[in-house]
Amino acid sequence: MNDIASRPATVLSVRDLSIDARTPSGLKRILDGISFDLAAGETLCLAGESGSGKSVTSLAIMGLLPKASLRVASGEIRLGETDLLRLSEKAMRRVRGGDVAMIFQEPMTSLNPVMNIGTQLVEAIREHQDTANAEDVAKRMLDAVHISDPVKRMTQYPHELSGGMRQRVMIAMALSCRPKVLIADEPTTALDVTVQAQILKLMRELKQEFGTSIVMITHDMGVVAEMADRVVIMQNGKTVEQGDVLDIFRRPSATYTRELLAAVPRLGTYAGTDEPPRISSAPAHLHFPKPVLEVSDLTVIYGGKSGWFGRGAEAPPTVKGISFRLEAGQTLGLVGESGSGKSTTGKAVLGLIPFKGSVRIDGQDIAGLSARAMQPIRRTAQMIFQDPYASLDPRMSVGAAIAEPLVIHTIGNASERRDRVAALLKRVGLTPDAAERYPHEFSGGQRQRICIARALALEPKLLIADESVAALDVSVRARVLDLMLELQEQMGLAYLFISHDMAVIEKMAHSVAVMRGGELVEMGTRRQVFEEQRDEYTRKLIGAVPIPDPEVYRKAALG
Amino acid sequence: MRVLKEICRQPTALFGLAVVLIVILMAIAAPLIAPFNPDEQMFDGLTLEGAPMPPGSQFLLGTDTLGRDLFSRMLFGARTSLIIGLVANGIAVAIGLFVGITAGYMRGWAGNLLMRFTDLMMAFPALLLAIVLAALLKPSLWIVAMVIALVNWVQVARIVYTETRGLVERDFILAERSLGAGHGRILLLHILPHLVPTAIVWGTLGIATTVLLEATLSFLGIGVQPPNPSWGNIIFESQSYFQAAPWLVFFPGAVILLTALAFNLVGDALRDILDPTQRGRG
Repeated sequence: MNDIASRPATVLSVRDLSIDARTPSGLKRILDGISFDLAAGETLCLAGESGSGKSVTSLAIMGLLPKASLRVASGEIRLGETDLLRLSEKAMRRVRGGDVAMIFQEPMTSLNPVMNIGTQLVEAIREHQDTANAEDVAKRMLDAVHISDPVKRMTQYPHELSGGMRQRVMIAMALSCRPKVLIADEPTTALDVTVQAQILKLMRELKQEFGTSIVMITHDMGVVAEMADRVVIMQNGKTVEQGDVLDIFRRPSATYTRELLAAVPRLGTYAGTDEPPRISSAPAHLHFPKPVLEVSDLTVIYGGKSGWFGRGAEAPPTVKGISFRLEAGQTLGLVGESGSGKSTTGKAVLGLIPFKGSVRIDGQDIAGLSARAMQPIRRTAQMIFQDPYASLDPRMSVGAAIAEPLVIHTIGNASERRDRVAALLKRVGLTPDAAERYPHEFSGGQRQRICIARALALEPKLLIADESVAALDVSVRARVLDLMLELQEQMGLAYLFISHDMAVIEKMAHSVAVMRGGELVEMGTRRQVFEEQRDEYTRKLIGAVPIPDPEVYRKAALG
Repeated sequence: MRVLKEICRQPTALFGLAVVLIVILMAIAAPLIAPFNPDEQMFDGLTLEGAPMPPGSQFLLGTDTLGRDLFSRMLFGARTSLIIGLVANGIAVAIGLFVGITAGYMRGWAGNLLMRFTDLMMAFPALLLAIVLAALLKPSLWIVAMVIALVNWVQVARIVYTETRGLVERDFILAERSLGAGHGRILLLHILPHLVPTAIVWGTLGIATTVLLEATLSFLGIGVQPPNPSWGNIIFESQSYFQAAPWLVFFPGAVILLTALAFNLVGDALRDILDPTQRGRG
């Protein structure tokens, strides 16, 4: 920040931006005096956890704040000489998509599903450019974002493209008018890690080619390290720290930044060890090979027969004959990208969806069991879902939710249940008075603790954790993972830990199974899978994980 | 008790509740309040030319074309219309909820069958169906209520079906299943409460439409039989005199509107009060 003179011209400048939210109890400041500059050709990352105000900042720049609920209190947003906050809606429309373009997290919902790609692209181009051959421009743009066979793609509809392709189309659309500034709001969060790597690479290339400056909003410090020239760290609507990416990573001055960086899981942290890190001082459970879960030749076909009378063709299997086993006190990490069948496997193991093959929980085969016969087995195996808010009934108090399994299995009377709920809440690090409140009154991490408490109520031996920390902020994520490790050490739980996140799997798992297209491509101890990487796909998966260290990328760029 | 307290804190809800209570009380106490026999055709109820009397000191709301006191008829009509509006409509919502939830939860061929039947009912002209049903059965107040219920449940079923299908896909239902909860428990404790807002909104909106449907049936001679009054048939009997005696349409119309609005206000308030995620807000 000292050598302002030598820096290239500033394209976008945000000064003292404050935004208020209208709440029933009056105005509440959600963005407080944010300032930053974006230099020409620079990538600036706004990094922070949920509620930090990073997305609100980007909406304010685009003039897309929902007026009914948010209001700019003060400040200015200068694009060159114009203050975007003082522009009329009509003038702002010209800026939007012209000088400033935006891409969003979910490319499927940002594209119109009933319009083909070509029409949408051409429309976006015609909106801002007076050109006779918008089709040609559209084709060239699709070519620029490396979409194969652009002519054919133009006639296709969004649902016919993969997630990565859709995001490429969004980028093509955003860049088609050669904007000065591209705002990317979590552009790769919804994508698989291998696709994310491709999209990030594409964005770096296009930045050079189109000379666009990028404001990138992300919660992922790995993405920050890979993409950013400069970083603004945000927390609770305030700027905590900003500066050059190398400085921030090497010499973070704010405590919050240091905590944030410390919480980021780094692949390879646990290299050379066989077991997950120990959290508690509980004596190590003696490892004796007592299988809690044995799966052999598991096949799942979704949807069954289609057509009116079930005469349609059978759908292809989502899971194709996989086998694995899990012993008491151990964690099997099931890793794979979307569509690999890992979540389906988790549901089948609990008998929540029909399957073929054999699944033995604690020695008992659950194939073909009726709901009644499954009842005792449910006490042995429980599940924790990805989105803790979605998996709690919003109309049920937390206490009732945790007591639910006890009521279902008719365990104890009302007062015993109440005591049990209080004990469980304490067990997962919450206070017993939480029982009276409702899920929406808690934060994401607390809600996941509630879900864990509910799963533990029946004292199961096996927990299936399906992307259980994926929806949580990194700092919260680390604490929930530690809680799960602690519970495992103390209660000898076995986890089937399903995740797309290699770093999380590395921390949690004793052994790892890699899934792709419904099949197991590799299985072994954590050490084998992460350090030997015998399978080509596993190597690709591990290689695609962004490393939270900007120096790695600087070196790669030079060499 | 909490519900009452909450309602008292919201002026609009309190107004709605007051109107509802007044209407119900007046219907119950009709014989005590009514100044005249509602069915009596009074000699001084008509002008010398034979036209109905406008509202005045003798006849508070005027008289109808047969010289009967409008106020008295409306008091007794409230009994009919409230029974139609509450009972018929209540039954319709109940049937709709039952069919919609069952079909949405079961899916498969049984669910399909139920929904195709619902669609069939929807495509069938409601009035024609009502006429056929009413013709088969001897018209009386309760038969009319049943007929209206059998015609009106269809839309509720359709909406509830769609909502249930969405709910069944939600993670907390999957979580319940993984805990080992049976179908009955899931349906009653985890799906039904989420449909209460829809049922309340439909239930209150349906009051006005059912009252008017009853009037249509009366008009066609298959509803509540004359001389028994209902708000709807008062309007229909006198609509051709609208120019000459506007009060005959205005007063019952205004009462239907006000009652429907009042129920709606109470329903809206109830919906918010019963939703724990809204608690502590607003």
